Amino acid sequence: MTKTTDHSEARPAGPHTLGKVRPHPSQNEALLFEKSSPGKRAYKLPPLDVPAVDSATLLGAAVRKTPGLLPELSEIEIIRHFTRLSTWNYAIDLGMYPLGSCTMKYNPRVNEFVARIEGLAEAHPYRPETLSQGILEIFDLLQRCLLDITGMDAITLQPAAGAHGEFTGILLTRAWHESQGNARKKILIPDSAHGTNPATAAIVGYAVENLKSNSDGGIDLEALARQVDNETAALMLTNPSTLGVFESQIHKIADILHTKGALLYMDGANMNALVGKVRPGDFGVDVMHLNLHKTFSTPHGGGGPGSGPVACKAFLEPFLPTPVLVRSQDGPKGCPDAGDWEDTNAEPTADGCPPLFRAPILKPDGERVGDTEPLSLHPFGGPLHWNYDRPQSVGRVRAFYGNTGMFIRALAYTLANGPDGLRQTTEDAVLNANYIRKKLEDVYELPYKTASMHEVVFSDKRQAARGVKTGDIAKRLIDYGFHPYTVSFPLIVHGALMIEPTESESREELDLFIAAMRSIAREVEENPELVKTAPHSTRVSRLDEVQAARKPILRWRPASE
Amino acid sequence: MPYPTDYRYTREHEWISVDGAIGSIGITDYAQNSLGDIVYVDAPKVGDSVTANAAFGSVESVKAVSDLFSPVSGKVTAVNEELKTAPDKINENAHATWIIKVELSNPAEVSTLLDAAAYEAFIAEETKS
Amino acid sequence: MRYLPKSDEERRQMLAEIGAKSIDDLFSSIPAEYRLDRDLIVPRQQAESEIVEYFRAAGQKNATDYASFLGAGAYRHYRPVVIDALVQRGEFLTSYTPYQAEITQGTLQAIFEFQTMIAELTGMDVANASMYDGSTGAAEAVMMAVRVTGRSKAVVAATVHPEYREVIATYAKHQGLPTSLVGYDTETGRIDLKALDVAVTEETAAVLIQSPNFFGVIEDIPAIAQIAHAKGALLIVSISEAVSLGIVRPPVEADIVSMEAQSFGVALSYGGPFCGVIAAKEQFLRQMPGRLAGQTVDGAGNRGFVLTLATREQHIRREKATSNICTNQALVALMATIFLAVYGKEGIRELAEHNLAKADYAAKALAVQSGAKLRFKGAPRFHEFVLQTEEAPAVWSGRLLENKIVGGIELNRWYPELHNCTLWCATEVVTREQIDTAAKVLAAQPVEA
Repeated sequence: MTKTTDHSEARPAGPHTLGKVRPHPSQNEALLFEKSSPGKRAYKLPPLDVPAVDSATLLGAAVRKTPGLLPELSEIEIIRHFTRLSTWNYAIDLGMYPLGSCTMKYNPRVNEFVARIEGLAEAHPYRPETLSQGILEIFDLLQRCLLDITGMDAITLQPAAGAHGEFTGILLTRAWHESQGNARKKILIPDSAHGTNPATAAIVGYAVENLKSNSDGGIDLEALARQVDNETAALMLTNPSTLGVFESQIHKIADILHTKGALLYMDGANMNALVGKVRPGDFGVDVMHLNLHKTFSTPHGGGGPGSGPVACKAFLEPFLPTPVLVRSQDGPKGCPDAGDWEDTNAEPTADGCPPLFRAPILKPDGERVGDTEPLSLHPFGGPLHWNYDRPQSVGRVRAFYGNTGMFIRALAYTLANGPDGLRQTTEDAVLNANYIRKKLEDVYELPYKTASMHEVVFSDKRQAARGVKTGDIAKRLIDYGFHPYTVSFPLIVHGALMIEPTESESREELDLFIAAMRSIAREVEENPELVKTAPHSTRVSRLDEVQAARKPILRWRPASE
Repeated sequence: MPYPTDYRYTREHEWISVDGAIGSIGITDYAQNSLGDIVYVDAPKVGDSVTANAAFGSVESVKAVSDLFSPVSGKVTAVNEELKTAPDKINENAHATWIIKVELSNPAEVSTLLDAAAYEAFIAEETKS
Repeated sequence: MRYLPKSDEERRQMLAEIGAKSIDDLFSSIPAEYRLDRDLIVPRQQAESEIVEYFRAAGQKNATDYASFLGAGAYRHYRPVVIDALVQRGEFLTSYTPYQAEITQGTLQAIFEFQTMIAELTGMDVANASMYDGSTGAAEAVMMAVRVTGRSKAVVAATVHPEYREVIATYAKHQGLPTSLVGYDTETGRIDLKALDVAVTEETAAVLIQSPNFFGVIEDIPAIAQIAHAKGALLIVSISEAVSLGIVRPPVEADIVSMEAQSFGVALSYGGPFCGVIAAKEQFLRQMPGRLAGQTVDGAGNRGFVLTLATREQHIRREKATSNICTNQALVALMATIFLAVYGKEGIRELAEHNLAKADYAAKALAVQSGAKLRFKGAPRFHEFVLQTEEAPAVWSGRLLENKIVGGIELNRWYPELHNCTLWCATEVVTREQIDTAAKVLAAQPVEA
C-alpha cells in the first residue's frame, strides 16, 4: 500500500495556532560572559602612529591593575548573540502594540538613515557655530514646526524625555510665579494622571494635590473651582485624558485657573489625537511638553531614547532653559534655493527673493485662505547661534542642547507628512480607536460612555465575574500575536484595558486584534483557566517577579565568586 | 480567619499586641492578602520614635507599596531582622509576625483602637464597597 | 500618505461601521471655536529623496572633513559597524520598554549584560539600565545621596564639567539642597584637598567630583574618599570619558558612580542622545533611580530576566519615587553593550592605551612646537590636556580652522582665571599627521597684516 501523506493532519489547530500566529522555534542564547574565552577578540586597532607609552609610568597610582571582566568574543559570536536575542522581542515592526498613551506608531526608516548622515552624526556639540549651521537649521525648522503644531510662542528642545519635559515645564511655572512674588505651594493633578506627573511636581518642591475625576472621567469643574486657590501653581492636565476623552470644558478649566493666577500645564502624551485638528495654545494651555518618541515617530528602542520638548506662551519665554537658539538679523542674507515649491503668488518678497518657498494655507476642503510666512526648507536671514545671555532662565536641565538625533528623526517625519499628512494621521488614529471601541463594546465593559478620541478604555468587569482579570486577558493576547494593551491604568478604572492602536494599523491588523479580543472573551466564558494561565506560546512564561524583588540578582558573576 | 481577640487593630490594617509596656506591631491577614507576595519591608531603626497614626515605614509587593501606620506613639525597641531576608513570613502568618516592638509613651492610646470584632466588621464593610 | 495603511474606501467603510457620517463626527468633542481650520504651517509633504537631500545638504553645511581636538564631555571614538547593524534590527529599534517580560527577553538580557559590564568597569556592585546622560545622572546621584544620608547639603568640585554643575544647580534649587563649590590646585589641576576638608561637614550628603576631571586630570580618589567618609558624606564620582576605565583604576572607594557612556560606541550627534548610567554599592540599591533588570526563573525553571524593584519608580511610587524618570536611553545603552562586547576585556585596555599615547604625543607636540605651556603637569591625565598659549585663542583658532582643524576649546568661558587656556583632546581617531599639522599651524608667527 502506498502511504499517503495526509497534510490535514500535519498541523492540527490548537491553542498554539491562533489567528495570525503559529509557533516557530527561536534559539537559546547564554549571556555574553558565559560564551567568553580568553584570547578571543572581535576588534583590531590600527598600529599606533605615535610612540607607545607605558601606562604605569604615566599614570602612577592611578593605573588600573585588574581589568574589568568584560567578555572576550569574536565578531560572529557577537552578531549571533544579539541577533538571537532580538528574535525574542516583540516589536512594532512585527505587529500592533495597543498600548494606551504610548502611541506605538511606525518608526520610519528614512529617519534612521538621515540621522546617520556623517555631517550630522559626527558633529561635536562644541564645534564652532560657523561649522554647525546645518544642525542649527534643523533645530530651527523643527522648532518652528512644533510651535505651529502646538499653537505656542516659544520652545526649548533641551529636555531628554517626557518626564524631563514635565520637570522643565514646572520649572518654568515656578520661575514665573516667583517673578510674580509668590512661588506658591501646590500642583493639582487628576487621579487619572501618569505617575511621572506627581513625581515631577515633588522634584520641583511642590506638594501634590489630587483632583478627582467626574462621572464622565473628565475634570470635575466644581471640585477644581473649590480646590484652586492662591497657593495653586498649576494644574497638570493630559488632554485628551488617559481615558482618551477630550476635555470639552477646557476653556472653563483654563479660566478657573487663570482667574486665580494659576497656570495650565498640559502633558502632551496624547497629542496624537490633536495634531493638525486643534492646538493646545488655542484652548488656554500656558506650557506643555511633547513626546517625540510618541507623536513624532522616533523609535522606542526598548525603552528610550526619547525627547521631551517644552513649548510655552510668550510670558514664560524669558525663563526657558539656557541657551536659546537665535537667528541673527545681520549677516549675509540670501535667497533660498529655488526648489519645486508651489508657486503661490507672482510677487517677489520684500527681500527680492522668488516666492517659490511660500506655502499656501489651505482649509481641509482645499480652499486657500492665505500664504505662510516664508517657512520652507531653506530659510534666509542671518546665521543661527546660541544665546547664553538669559538672566531669568531656569538654568540648564542637561548638558549640551538636547537629543539631536531625535530632532532629526522628528523633522524627517514632519517633512514626510506635510500638513495634509499630519492631519490625516490624526484622523486615522482617532478612526482606528473608535473602530475598536465599536467592535468590542458588546463584549467588554465601557466604564465611561463619553466619546473616545485616539484611545479607548474598557474595564474587565464582565470577565472579573468569571475570575479573569485584565492582566490575564493581556497575557492571553500575547498568544494571539499581539503585545498587551496597557493593564490597570488609568487607576480610576477598576481593571482597566487601555487601548491605543495609532494610525499605523491597517484594517487587517485591526480586525485581527478585534478577533483576538473577541475570541479571548469567549474563552473567558468557556475555559477561563486557559486565559488565567496564559501566555502559553512564549519562550518563558510567568517569570517569578517576587523572587526577583526579594533577592535581586542584577548582574552576572563568575562562578568563582 | 479569626482575628486574635487580645490584639488591637487600626483602620490601616495594622495590629498591636501589648505586653506590659511593650507593644508588638504587625499587619493583618487582610493586609497581607491584599498586598500579595511581600518582597521588602522598610522598617525604622531601634531608637527611632513613632507617632500614633503616622507612617513609620512601608511594605512592598512587586507592584505596590503600602505605608505602615503606627497604632501608638513611643520608641522602637526592636526590629524583626528576619524580615530582611524572609519578608514572606508576613504572608505565611501575618498575626504571628511582628515588624517592630515599641515602648509605649502613652498606653491610653491602645484603648482607642478597634478590637477584633470591630475590625472584622470594618473589613466586611471594605470588602463590600 | 505612505505611512498610513488605509485606502479612502476603507476609511469610508470603517466610518459607516462606526455609525459616523464623516470623520468630523469623531472630533465633535472639540469645541468648534478651537478647531483648526487651516493647514499647519509646516513644509509641504516631501518625497523620501527630498528628505534625504535636505539632511544631506544640512550635513554638508556642517562640514565633515575637519580634524578635531574637541573633548570636554563628548568624545569622538571609532564606532564598530556591528553596532548599527544590530541596533537597527527592528526587534531592538522598534520594541517597547520591557514591561511584558515574556516577549522582551532580548532587551532584558541585553540590559542585564549592560548592568554587569558597567559594574565591572566602575568597581561598583550594581548599575542601572541608564539615565538620560552624565549631567542629569550626576544630579540624580546627588539627590540619591540626600535620600540615603538624610542630609541636605552637597559639595561639588569646580573641576566637574561646568554644564553638569549648571544642571545640578537647576535640580538642587528646589530640593532645599545648598551646594558649595571647591576649587582646584593650580599646579595639579586636581581638587584642592585642604579646601575640600573645610567644606565637608556633618551636614554634607555628598561630595561630587569628576575623574578624569574637566581638565583631563585624574583625581586622587582614595584621598577624597577619606575626607568625605570621615564626616559621613557619600562620595559620588562622575565619569564623563568612559573609555578611561580601560586603563585608569576604577573609583572603588566611591559610594555612587555616575557615568556618561557616550564614548562606548555612541555617535556625537551634536550632544545627544547620549547614555548616562548610575552605579552604586549594594547597600544603596533601593534608593537608586532608573530601571533595573533582574535575573529570575519562570514556572518551568528557565532562566529569564524582568524589570525589578519597580516600587522605586514613578509609576508605582508617584510623588515619592526615587526619580520621575520613565523613558531612559535603552537603545543607546545597547550600543554601549555591543561596543564593550566588541572590544572586550583586552580591547578596552588597548583602546585606552592608544588614547593615552595619542594625547601624550599631542601634548608634547603642541606645547613644544608652539611655545605653549602645558598646564597641570603635576598630576596624571587621560587623553585631555590644557594648553596655555601666548596668542589669544581667538587668533590661532581661526588659523587652525583655515587649515581644517578644530582646536581645543577655550576655557575662560567657564574659568575666567584660566587666561588664554584651551582644553585639547586626542583620541585614537586623531592621526599623527593631524597633530603635527596642528602643532605647525599653532606655532606659526602671528598673522601677517
